[in-house]
Amino acid sequence: MDNRFESVQSVRDGLKDVNYLADDGIAGVVFLADRLGKPILVEGPAGTGKTQLAKSVAEMIGAKLIRLQCYEGLDESKALYEWNYKKQLLRIQADRNSDAWSDIHDDIFGSEFLLTRPLLEAITSKEPVVLLIDEVDRVEVETEALLLEILSEYQVSIPELGTITATQIPLVFLTSNNTRELSEALKRRCLFLHVDYPQMDREKEIVLTKVPGVTEMLADQIARIVRSIRQIDLKKAPSVSETIDWARTLVLLGIGTINAEQAKETLHVLLKYQSDIAKAAKELSDD
Amino acid sequence: MLDLLSGFIIELRNAGLPVSLTENLDAMHAISHIPLEDREAFKYALGATLVKNNAHWRSFETVFEVYFSLRGPEYSITDGDGEGSIDDLLQQMQEAQMKGEGNGGAGGMDSLTPEELMNILMNALMNGDQALMRALARQAVQRFAGMEPGRPVGGTYYLYRTLRNLDLDGMLDKLMEASKKEVGGELTKLEERLEKDEYNDRIEKFKQEVEAEIRRRLVADRGAEAMAKTLRKPLPEDVEFMHASRDEMQNLKKSLQPLTRKLAARLARKRRHGRKGPLDFRSTVRHSLAYGGVPAEPKFKYPRPAKPELIVIADISGSVAAFARFTLMLVYAISGQFSKVRSFVFIDGIDEVTEYFKKTEDISEAIHRINTEADVIWVDGHSDYGHAFEVFWDKYGKEINPKSTVLLLGDARNNYHASQAWVIKEIRQKARHVYWLNPEPRSYWNTGDSIVGEYGTHTDGVYECRNLRQLEAFVEKLA
Repeated sequence: MDNRFESVQSVRDGLKDVNYLADDGIAGVVFLADRLGKPILVEGPAGTGKTQLAKSVAEMIGAKLIRLQCYEGLDESKALYEWNYKKQLLRIQADRNSDAWSDIHDDIFGSEFLLTRPLLEAITSKEPVVLLIDEVDRVEVETEALLLEILSEYQVSIPELGTITATQIPLVFLTSNNTRELSEALKRRCLFLHVDYPQMDREKEIVLTKVPGVTEMLADQIARIVRSIRQIDLKKAPSVSETIDWARTLVLLGIGTINAEQAKETLHVLLKYQSDIAKAAKELSDD
Repeated sequence: MLDLLSGFIIELRNAGLPVSLTENLDAMHAISHIPLEDREAFKYALGATLVKNNAHWRSFETVFEVYFSLRGPEYSITDGDGEGSIDDLLQQMQEAQMKGEGNGGAGGMDSLTPEELMNILMNALMNGDQALMRALARQAVQRFAGMEPGRPVGGTYYLYRTLRNLDLDGMLDKLMEASKKEVGGELTKLEERLEKDEYNDRIEKFKQEVEAEIRRRLVADRGAEAMAKTLRKPLPEDVEFMHASRDEMQNLKKSLQPLTRKLAARLARKRRHGRKGPLDFRSTVRHSLAYGGVPAEPKFKYPRPAKPELIVIADISGSVAAFARFTLMLVYAISGQFSKVRSFVFIDGIDEVTEYFKKTEDISEAIHRINTEADVIWVDGHSDYGHAFEVFWDKYGKEINPKSTVLLLGDARNNYHASQAWVIKEIRQKARHVYWLNPEPRSYWNTGDSIVGEYGTHTDGVYECRNLRQLEAFVEKLA
């Protein structure tokens, strides 16, 4: 297997080129995932760029992004593969007059009648692929087992057809919002990456790259205020995406430097609970 | 290297982290791809392969710092015996001075007076100069901590001595004044707050440097294994409520929120995925219309289990207050899973506090109000379970119905008052379930003035709830 990346630094630079600012931890784990051929389990609060990481990596290495959005009730036929039974029926009907049952029998379980779903698609693809399994914590514990074979061996076993092994090993990202504990079996197969709220400097950089028309000073101020707000005991701390939204709002309003009044008026972009807004507004004005 | 790594992993396991064999192998593979001189990369490589739960990250970091503190060029100790500072430090210092504008006296740090040292520190903090701060941390430890090899004192003792001499609280005020001067005039409230946060952050970083320095020296003195043992801390979910330090309490509080989220999601799921019930005739017929009257798709009634009504009666006297607080927080955080939650607190008198939780969305504020406003003292403010239960029965006994589950929290240390256990017996006859949660270790039950056994016979179960893990398991069973 040839490696996609030269060094940790090259991962970092590459990600920067596609407007994703990675810290050492993120770049390091992506690099390792490639070298070890292991999936990455990305965990962290909502809106810190977990999904975006997978997208950016795909963009960086010029691979196709295949996404499997998880939800409760996801099953084999949605995630792995399904037999196209309508086509199978037609095939049988077309051959109704001939007696060659054994021919048909072998025939209708061929790859022609197989509908590939994201996971199977990812490993059979000829081009380079980044597979994103989004919000894996939403599926039931039992369904997790579906993923195990593909994550450790990069293969899918279909009883009627045999085992399909990956032509090339895709980079796999699993994201989790941590609404439940994932099973040990799944965790063991992955590299673990916790993406937290960024440090102030990095957040400032993110705002600068993501928001056109923002001045250095405003970005600095934004990052500082957001850090202050995160220190307050809130129901839901502002995420990076909300910081970006807020920065956009401020730019649109033509605000160069924020004062307490303006900050208070636009807080609702940053915070989504009324009680949080009230609390933050109070903190920002007095004390 | 291999020996070191396996020692490291054994220590991780000792600290309570579940590290499997495959993860161990992965770690070995991972570090072969990483340049070993890069300490950060090394750390992340180990972290990504060995730690699969964010709550365990801190424990991992501590062990890592201890095991690999003496490795890597910039982290080597220049003066392990505690005798005078050496060139390396000086050089760093000079470099730092060239970079930063701030300086006190030229020359070696050793010759500085404490005042000069403080000035340099203040400048370093103002400019956020990392290298200088690190050098200063070393100097401060060397000068103030008074570390002696082989002395059996914990690292916190040295930390305390160092920080006391540095007076970091006073430093914050000084920094604020200085920045005011720099701007020339008053700062607005917002700016002031932001500046303060900034400096707090830097001072915190400096403290960490000091801590790390002390740790490095201790490791050099005593060896990694011994050090790891003294630094070993329980994971957040294993911290005992009754003996948690303030720091641990903070951590507990932080880990409570994700936990409740998980718990709520799990409970909601459990409720939805009940067993199938009997055939729903109406629905089946209705759906059969789509197939021309052939009931091709049988429909079933799904049982919707009623949500329990919860009555929490908590002892909030000093010894068990922390436990009561956590249980109340947890219960209210997932109150959506119960049809109704009522809460009562007592010491020797009893008071209803349901209202406090209703009025505000903020649970910690409600808890604060309980501590300050609830009327729970009857005579002397020593726990009297008997009297509290009696009053409860008189005032609210009528409101217990077959749907309610009663949760009693406390260590049942009754100060030798009358137990009035008949109340519990009566409650049990009216309520669906009565449970008792005791934050004391099981071996202490029924010793001294604890009469949990006497109450326990009238309940559906007494549970030991010493840490978050046990509490979580119980709540899941309850809903």
